[in-house]
Amino acid sequence: MVVGFSDRTDIDEAWADLVFGALADRTRRDILRRSMDGALSVSALARNYEMSVTAVQKHVAVLDRAGLVAKRRRGREQLVRTDVDAIHAAQQLLDRIEVLWRDRIDRFTDVLDETTEGAAP
Amino acid sequence: MSVTDIHKDPGQLTMTVVTELDAPPDRAWQLWADPRKLERWWGPPTYPATFVDHDLTPGGRCSYYMTGPGGDRPHGWWRIVAVDAPHSLELEDGFADEHGAPSDGMPVMVMRVEFTDRPGGCTMTLVTRYASLADMERVIEMGMEEGIRSAVDQIDGILAGD
Repeated sequence: MVVGFSDRTDIDEAWADLVFGALADRTRRDILRRSMDGALSVSALARNYEMSVTAVQKHVAVLDRAGLVAKRRRGREQLVRTDVDAIHAAQQLLDRIEVLWRDRIDRFTDVLDETTEGAAP
Repeated sequence: MSVTDIHKDPGQLTMTVVTELDAPPDRAWQLWADPRKLERWWGPPTYPATFVDHDLTPGGRCSYYMTGPGGDRPHGWWRIVAVDAPHSLELEDGFADEHGAPSDGMPVMVMRVEFTDRPGGCTMTLVTRYASLADMERVIEMGMEEGIRSAVDQIDGILAGD
């Protein structure tokens, strides 16, 4: 049957659900953008949002569980850094689906153009 | 000339494809309604689709298979959810075994296509919804395999032509 069908483990699926669940929230996506250089603490991040530090802490914890950020201690603070590789992996998954659809739509428009040209004016 | 805009929503597990077509809805509709036209674009060149059954009525079933370069034949099915020719079509698309029976535990996608009039043609909006991220991954794996074979075959064809 379909060749190249690789086995997915439960761990893969659980990871994927965590990653996309984490990415589905606007605040968390914003936290990822702001944490690219890993210089901000949770409390510094919290100043950008109209929510408590605890609420932001929870968002960071969701990102952490999904492996999208890493936390590092500096004195009393926890610095947050985005894991760019993890974001890249999630993005690639979606990009591949886009390629499949672009190819299919290209074929659709080719067939449509042909049938339109062949039609009587 | 067509313009295709693709919007991916990882939270909703949907992909929306918007294409501007230079033909009115009834002509574009024929590419879904006429199985011989549908076969020409549904599968990639190296995995052409053959529709065995094709019944575009609510509750209707379509079954098809694709023929690979090695003679392998992945089967698929559609179940028609709603039809309003030539404006909209909603269907479920899934994988089947070699007898055309739906495969348990395999991804089922819900697809909705709409045609809206615009000057000089129509806009085709296609929304595909996946049940889970694991399903999305499986579809990609299967599609990528076809895509890679297709690219390799094209290269082989070019080399053979020299």
